[in-house]
Amino acid sequence: MHSSLHDASQSSLHGSDTTQQVSAVLLREHKGGLMTAVKATLERDLTLLLRRRGEVLNPLVFFALVITLFPIAISPDPELLAVIAPGLLWVAALLAALLSLDSLFRSDYDDGSLEQLLLAPQPLVALSLAKVAVHWLLTGLPLALMAPMLGIMLALPAGSYAILALSLALGTASLSLIGAIGAALTVGLARGGVLLSLLVLPLYIPVLIFGAGAVQAAIFGDGVSAHLAILGALLAASLMLAPWAIAASLRISING
Amino acid sequence: MSLCLQARQLACERDDRWLFQGLDLDIRSGEIVRIEGPNGSGKTSLLKILSGQLSDYQGELFWNGAAMNEAREHFLANLLYLGHAPGIKSGLSPLENLAWYQALSGESGNEEQRLDALEGVGLAGFEDVPAGQLSAGQQRRVALARLTLTPRALWVLDEPFTAIDRYGVADLEKQLVAHAQAGGCVLVTTHHELTASPLLRRISLG
Repeated sequence: MHSSLHDASQSSLHGSDTTQQVSAVLLREHKGGLMTAVKATLERDLTLLLRRRGEVLNPLVFFALVITLFPIAISPDPELLAVIAPGLLWVAALLAALLSLDSLFRSDYDDGSLEQLLLAPQPLVALSLAKVAVHWLLTGLPLALMAPMLGIMLALPAGSYAILALSLALGTASLSLIGAIGAALTVGLARGGVLLSLLVLPLYIPVLIFGAGAVQAAIFGDGVSAHLAILGALLAASLMLAPWAIAASLRISING
Repeated sequence: MSLCLQARQLACERDDRWLFQGLDLDIRSGEIVRIEGPNGSGKTSLLKILSGQLSDYQGELFWNGAAMNEAREHFLANLLYLGHAPGIKSGLSPLENLAWYQALSGESGNEEQRLDALEGVGLAGFEDVPAGQLSAGQQRRVALARLTLTPRALWVLDEPFTAIDRYGVADLEKQLVAHAQAGGCVLVTTHHELTASPLLRRISLG
């Protein structure tokens, strides 16, 4: 083992060889490769999370538990449950998404790969967007797919299931983007969890109102397109603004 | 072609205490610059300022004659920084870790290069073991493999000898000298005594 290390450094001592290498390095201009970097970051985060399944399952289990407990605690009366179901499902999904946010940048911060991410010659905006995309893919999307099943438990009236899943899929994407700003701001703090919730929850309220509103409207047979359009608009706005805020917040946290 | 990193009147304050003040630095190709000083004297802060991670300082930085905020992209494309934490993901294998670092700089690279780099730091046979199961020294070696895998002109190394055994230390020292001889530039903090070399320059803090 040691001899191989030795050989390698011996070979790098051949002057002319390395001179060439370094002069080639010096001419290095930053020449794109953004897609390579983004794709690699997506793959890396997906691999990491899929290897730590507990972290992925945690918010889903939380969501399922909360929804299961409500009929037991309140009443199994389908009419009563149907009234509160949209709000309940949305609040529980929102809290589940919030629960998983703290770990978004935490492990990267702890093991030093976050500072390497910031020093990469690629725009941090794109790389952090890749990280948020993975978060949504493994938290928001599963929550949205799971919600209709839990809706059955709350006697959610037929016809609103598709809207529930759709509104959650759209809404959780905004939640991931907005939440990531808070996660980036608090990553340098030892116990940033509570502060993160306080920072992020007020910004979650518009998404909650229009998300739960969409399901409510579907139950009453009103038009849902207005609610969904506003959810879409919120997502578009967060997609445009949040990545820059996330990148700036990461810089601030690393500076601290 | 030569490279040149300059600092003018650099000053950094932490908790109402000046770590350093009025620091002028000229770091050019072919040099190994060792930053010395007792614990807490601001070695890591200086390296972070020089590598553009900390913005909380006074003074000016120049890269090849241009102000740092204008030349930042070119600077980052030529910088390799290894910090206190090795930046190795414990859930990924050494190969996967290196692949990400290669991709971060925009190169897709290939597996053969990465295997060669790992063999170069004595980790042949550990390519697919999750990095979390490797020892601290082995994890540091994975990070050091980036020196050969992604060649950069300017190396900024914060305590690179931590947890490395003495054979590894000797080899890494040779690698630093070879890099400087080839026209590269090394900026290093270490408590380990570096072998005297005409290329070595010391800067004392504190």
